[in-house]
Amino acid sequence: MKILLIAEHDNQILKVANYHCLTAAKELGNEIDILVMGEKCQKIVEQASLAPGVQRILVADHPQYTHQLAENCAKLIAEVGKSYDYVLSNATTFGKNLLPRVAALLDVAMVSDVMKIVASDTFVRPIYAGNVLATVQSSDKIKIMTIRSTAFAATPIDQKPMATIENINILIPNELSKFENQSLTQSTRPELTAAHIIVAGGRGLKSAENFKLLEALADQLGAAIGASRAAVDAGFAPNDYQVGQTGKVVAPDLYIAIGISGAIQHLAGMKDSKVIVAINKDPDAPIFQVANYGLVGDLFDILPQLRLELDKVSS
Amino acid sequence: MKILVAVKRVIDYKVSVRIKQDGSGIETSNVKMSINPFDEIAIEEALRIKEKGLASEIIVVSIGGDACQENLRTALAMGADRAILIKTNEDIQPLATAKILKALALQESINLVILGKQAIDTDDNQVGQMLAGLLDWPQGTFASKLEFHDNGVTVTREIDGGLESLFLTLPAVVTTDLRLNEPRYISLPNIVQAKRKSLDVILAESFNLDLAPHLKIINVAIPEKHRQCIRVETIADLVRRLKHEDRVI
Repeated sequence: MKILLIAEHDNQILKVANYHCLTAAKELGNEIDILVMGEKCQKIVEQASLAPGVQRILVADHPQYTHQLAENCAKLIAEVGKSYDYVLSNATTFGKNLLPRVAALLDVAMVSDVMKIVASDTFVRPIYAGNVLATVQSSDKIKIMTIRSTAFAATPIDQKPMATIENINILIPNELSKFENQSLTQSTRPELTAAHIIVAGGRGLKSAENFKLLEALADQLGAAIGASRAAVDAGFAPNDYQVGQTGKVVAPDLYIAIGISGAIQHLAGMKDSKVIVAINKDPDAPIFQVANYGLVGDLFDILPQLRLELDKVSS
Repeated sequence: MKILVAVKRVIDYKVSVRIKQDGSGIETSNVKMSINPFDEIAIEEALRIKEKGLASEIIVVSIGGDACQENLRTALAMGADRAILIKTNEDIQPLATAKILKALALQESINLVILGKQAIDTDDNQVGQMLAGLLDWPQGTFASKLEFHDNGVTVTREIDGGLESLFLTLPAVVTTDLRLNEPRYISLPNIVQAKRKSLDVILAESFNLDLAPHLKIINVAIPEKHRQCIRVETIADLVRRLKHEDRVI
């Protein structure tokens, strides 16, 4: 089986998600190539060549590929990918933006968010925000898939380069779209979807001012901050904090739900977290049904005590 | 500028989904159905563009059975000008949806297609990108802001870790993210008025496209849950367990 993995990077760093994707690729076969599209992306090529089990690094290095825009990159991937059995990338905004367009150009379906490989043509993927798992079988010759990082361990990096490096001399210009700018959140906190710990608040916090109480706790734990839809709708927290079916789907090692009752649509976005702690004054709140640990009480009393206890164990 | 918005009829986001006993699919009978929330945002954005005087007509389309007419009426009540139902009882997967929308976009001389970034039932997140690919139009996925210029549109996109803006030439395909806008409520007079707006029904077969599914659903299942909530008495006990038993802090 020939597998093409599309590298996600910013011309400086190869994203960690690629190593999770590589693990999925290895379950499918052993002829694995990585396609690196970018500009002055020599560093990426070096990093990719250290990925164990990869045969070739295919490099398309040109100013037309700097920001890996879908309009021309999808054509490039389709051109290179048509001789492969699988084309894989990460189930991140990068892969989600790019791969469906590739699938359309090749007139094949795409399997999004693959969580498990059952057979060479059969995969498990989440639907209804992970409330249901669907096992799907593809009848396409080329299978295009995005891989959910949280479902596959990362392949450890080798010390010496193994893969051969080949330049791809296909230049496809892009006259349809132009990159203008990028502003990545300059937060000292980790990103919600990549965080190991998430501290999330709900309507129980009562105000935007109180919601800020979570910041100190998050900083103490090195956690990201999330919010329920109710908290977002009430204006306590910005929209991009929202965890749930219509927000972000997360699965950190630890999820601390504070003043969140646990509406279905919120649970759908966080219930796959490894350990869930629920703090709520209502002992019957549905959040306790998905939690590993429950603390019933007034969050305004509990929060400062929790910070104190955490201080004790960290010192 | 003519805008095409597609709406999908899905199980309402507040409903807890149930699977059929034989695991062959999702139980949809007697379940509240609504417009996919991301599609509502798409309609709202189209309306705002038209209200700024930048669009002449908003066409809403849905693909599915007769019941979708209900959701198209809702879209008309929100303010869309006319509706089209592409009628079919078959399983129409994203690639087939994109093929139908392509045919429609060309037939109606559409300049801008606005779609939800994904439907909350199948969660594929594919149609917009596929449609843009088939049309060879630019795509602005996961949009949180649109700004129109004489020769195109600047789309601010929500990407992992922040925002990115792209300039797209028109015609283009845009898919909506949550932050783009907050859809309006529908007033009673608008509901009444919507009943008089045109809603055409076209049979999916009439497009002569290959709409056969490429993916077969083998089964669906509810993920296993192995959680038993331990009610901890003290915060110290909680912290001790997190640190020494679960080792997550």
